[in-house]
This record gives sequence, C-alpha cells and structure tokens, in this order.
Amino acid sequence: MSTLTELSLADARDGLRAKKFSARELAEAHIAAVTRIKPLNAFITETPDAALEGAAEADRRLAKGEARAMEGLPIAIKDLFCTEGVLTTAGSHILDGFKPPYESTVTANLWKAGAVMLGKTNMDEFAMGSSNMTSYHGPVESPWRRRGDNRPLVPGGSSGGSAAAVAARAALGATGTDTGGSIRQPAAFSGIVGMKPTYGRCSRWGIVAFASSLDQAGPMTRTVRDAAIMLGAMAGHDPKDSTSVDRPVPDYEKALTGNVRGLKIGIPKEYRVDGMNPEIDRLWEQGIAWLKAAGVETVAISLPHTKYALPAYYIVAPAEASSNLARYDGVRYGLRVPGGTLDEMYEKTRAAGFGKEVRRRVMIGTYVLSAGYYDAYYNKARQIRTLIARDFAEAYRKCDVILTPTSPNTAFAVGEKMDDPIAMYLNDVFTVPGNLAGLPGISVPAGLGGDGLPLGLQVLGRAFDEETVLRVAEVLERAADFKHKP
Amino acid sequence: MALDRDTVRNIATLARIRVEDNELDALAGELSNILTFVEQLNEVDTKGVEPMTSVVAMQLPRRPDEVTDGNIQNKILANAPEGTRGFFAVPKVVE
Repeated sequence: MSTLTELSLADARDGLRAKKFSARELAEAHIAAVTRIKPLNAFITETPDAALEGAAEADRRLAKGEARAMEGLPIAIKDLFCTEGVLTTAGSHILDGFKPPYESTVTANLWKAGAVMLGKTNMDEFAMGSSNMTSYHGPVESPWRRRGDNRPLVPGGSSGGSAAAVAARAALGATGTDTGGSIRQPAAFSGIVGMKPTYGRCSRWGIVAFASSLDQAGPMTRTVRDAAIMLGAMAGHDPKDSTSVDRPVPDYEKALTGNVRGLKIGIPKEYRVDGMNPEIDRLWEQGIAWLKAAGVETVAISLPHTKYALPAYYIVAPAEASSNLARYDGVRYGLRVPGGTLDEMYEKTRAAGFGKEVRRRVMIGTYVLSAGYYDAYYNKARQIRTLIARDFAEAYRKCDVILTPTSPNTAFAVGEKMDDPIAMYLNDVFTVPGNLAGLPGISVPAGLGGDGLPLGLQVLGRAFDEETVLRVAEVLERAADFKHKP
Repeated sequence: MALDRDTVRNIATLARIRVEDNELDALAGELSNILTFVEQLNEVDTKGVEPMTSVVAMQLPRRPDEVTDGNIQNKILANAPEGTRGFFAVPKVVE
C-alpha cells in the first residue's frame, strides 16, 4: 500500500473517515517507509509498536464515529521533544540513554488529537546547526540529489530528520522546533512546508531547551493545509510554560479561504543581500507576481536592522544555551565520565558529551554573560532585539504579511561549510529576524533551482495572526503548484 | 575581540568543559571570529533603547504558592547515572 504514503495528511484523514483504508494499513505503510529510508539516517529511534498501538485505538474510534482531529495519522517527532519512556537524545551524546518520565505538552496534545508516533527524528545536536551534520547520531541525508550529481546533500537543520522523513514520504508530518530557522530552512531545502508559529503559541514544556526566548515548536508537512491541521493540534495554552499564551486556538484550516484579495504584502528591501543566488531573487519576484495575480497589493517596506539580526542572535542564543545546558552535569541523567572530584567529573562529562558546535556556543554564551562583558554583549543584543521588533511593528502598519525568500541558497553537500561556522550561520539570515521578534513564519516550496533542488518562499505575519500567514501561504502554494519529488 | 589562550582556558573552566591545551589555539581563533562577527552591533546607536525582556507583551502569570506535585522520587532518579538509597551520587565533596 505504498500509495498511502503519497497522501497528504488531510487526504489521509479524510480517507480514514470515509473508511477507504484503516489506520492500521496507514500505519503499516508508513512503518515500511521508515524502514525503507533507513539509509537517510532520518530517525534516531523508531517506534513501530507505538504506531500500531495508536492505530488500533484509532480504528476503534473511527469505527464508533469518534475520530479526533488527527485520528490515526502517523507522524514523526523531533528528538528534542520529551516522550515518556522513549529515548530522547536531542542529537547529543550527553543525553545517552535518557528516557523521560514525562511527555512534552506538544506531543501530549498530538496524541490527544489521535496522532500516531512513528519515531524520533535526528537533528543537529541541541538544535544547533543548519545542516544536521552536528548530530552525535550522524548526519541525515536529504532524499534529494542535485541534477546529474549523486553526492549526498544535507536536509538542512536543525530539524533535518523531520524534514527528510516528510519529504521522503515516510511520515505524513513531523514536529520541528525553530530557534533561528530550524523548521523553515530544512523545509525549504527539502521541498516541504514548515511553520514556526508565534512565540507563545505552542508550549515549550518538555522540549529540551536551547534558547528559551526564541525556541518555538511547529509543524513540518507536505502541504499548507496539513500544517494548519497539525498546528491546531499542537497549539494551546499550557500553565506549565509561563510564556505560553492564554488565547483561544482558531480553526486554522478554516482560515484557508483562498481569498487574499485586498491584503497588503510587504517586500523588505533589506532582504536583497549581497551574493544571494540570482535564482532565489527571481523566485521571489515570481512569488510577488503570483500573489499580485491573486489580488494582493504589494508594499515596499524597510526593516533597517535586518543586518544586525544574525549577530544579535549569535549573542542571545548562545547566552541562553550556556545557561540551559548547565543542567548536563553527569548527575541527574545521561552520560557521566568519572572524575576524582565533582568539578573534574563535570568537566570530563561535558567535554565528552558535547560536540564541537555545542561547545563553541556554550563557551561564547559563557563569555558574553561573564562579569564585565554582560552589558557590552548581552544587553546590547537585547537592545538590538527591541529595534528589530520595532522595525516589524512599523512595517505591519503598512502591510499584513511580509514575503521573503526562506534561505539564501539551496541545499549543500554533506561535509560542506563545516570549517567556517559563520558561513553556516548565514543560512538563517532570512529566518532569524522572525525569531528575534517572536513572529509567525512559514516556508512554502515554490520552485526548483538550476541545480534541481527545492527553493522556498517565506511568509511572515503579525504576532498571533497565523491565520493570515496560512491563507497567503496556501495561495502561494496553489500558484507554485510544486509537484516535484525527491 | 581576539581571545588569548588564558581567556579561553578561563571560559572553559567557567563553562565546566575540559579543554586540552592543544585545543586552545584553534578554539581561541574560532571564538574570536564569532566575537568579531557579533561586534558589528557596535555600529548601532542603542542609547536609550530598552533591552527586550519578553518578546510577547504579556504579564507573567501567577498561581497560588502551593505544592502541585511530588512523591515521584523514583521517576526523578530513574535516569541518574549513579543513584544510591534514594539520592543522586557524586564524587566525594567533603573530606
């Protein structure tokens, strides 16, 4: 039943309700697909038994006409989400063997909506990376190849395993997390849809923390409608996360009216960066033309502090990471390397447990927070964040959403860009500002580059206006009619 | 900002990450590059700009100061690399 894995999440949902196939058949087809894509290394842990158990429950409910929003739909979970009794590594050696005794709120919400777990997906260690090459469990390969070139490519990161699994038709959808672009950039590289909701929309409780003021969970799917369905299941207020916002969760699928007439789309001039691939510029122009044809009005806007978003991010994120990652001390969970003294045990454990990129960021974070440097770095970066948020607030007086490319380049080969951290950081130049300002954003596959690889366009919206973002994204999706497969 | 070996060694100590002497130079170079990159921020005049504390304008929620969980000692210790008699075990701290 391999055709079942070709269905969109929405079509699979409708097919189950129409009794065209059972949840068990749907789960089995996806379990087989997960096995088939093993060479991509997209999963750290596979949970076929959980999938079949969930499917059995789903079939019972479907038979009784009691299907919930995501009843029987097999999805993959980024290994950053704590899943009760199921290994959760965050892609790190230091969490060896960690089986959380609790379930993250977002995954609990998904199971409450009837979704079924296929496994835990590979990722950059502690979500720090744009390539999925920093995982202790090895890099993930993208299912895509450049035209006429068989070298393995990265799926993007940090939610690279989730992106690869969804692109390769091994899951109907997957969770991701996005601190600086970790949902949207891999979605763009892998030819799928990835959405980072507004900060506060999804609970962070039970998600291994990277940079708490930036981290946000979101869906990765093959269509915008699927993202709307999955976000609806993931989102919601949670008293256990004090930054989770107490607002009703709208029916996001209803927002997909196809009508964008009269909306104003902002085009920020600062996103035309030097050295950007001309194809990406052309695709951006194409996206503008598509939306104009659908009846939107375009507005030239300015986000003058865009250039400073990445440097501000590389202070704020490492600073928060250095304090969040202080908990990995060899005492309470995960790896422990023995030492003669307590400090020696800490130091040896953390030296062995953290990879190079994580060590680099923890050390940068430690430095910028240390006495005498706090104001010069951390406070300065927080001031820049205020200015970036103000830029967006100013822009949204003139427009309803903003259209930009998702990434300045297409996927690169496994092993490339590893010697220059800053070159790697530049992958997130268009996505980071949205995190710093807490705004919702989505990446939609919009075309192929000359190398035959997917390119994405990003729609950014006002805080808590995921509905308009999704509506515009769906219109873009229809116009782009992206039918390419890896 | 170019960091020297001693500064890198000190950061490593603060971060409780063992760094071998033969790694210090390379690490100093990497960290210095990142610091140079982020120091672009000095071009921006931020006088009088309030540092962002919360990205979403909201009041921190409050709840009554009551115990809401507990009695989960086994769960808490379940993942400990070394636990003994209901405690986490660490190398001897007091002589």
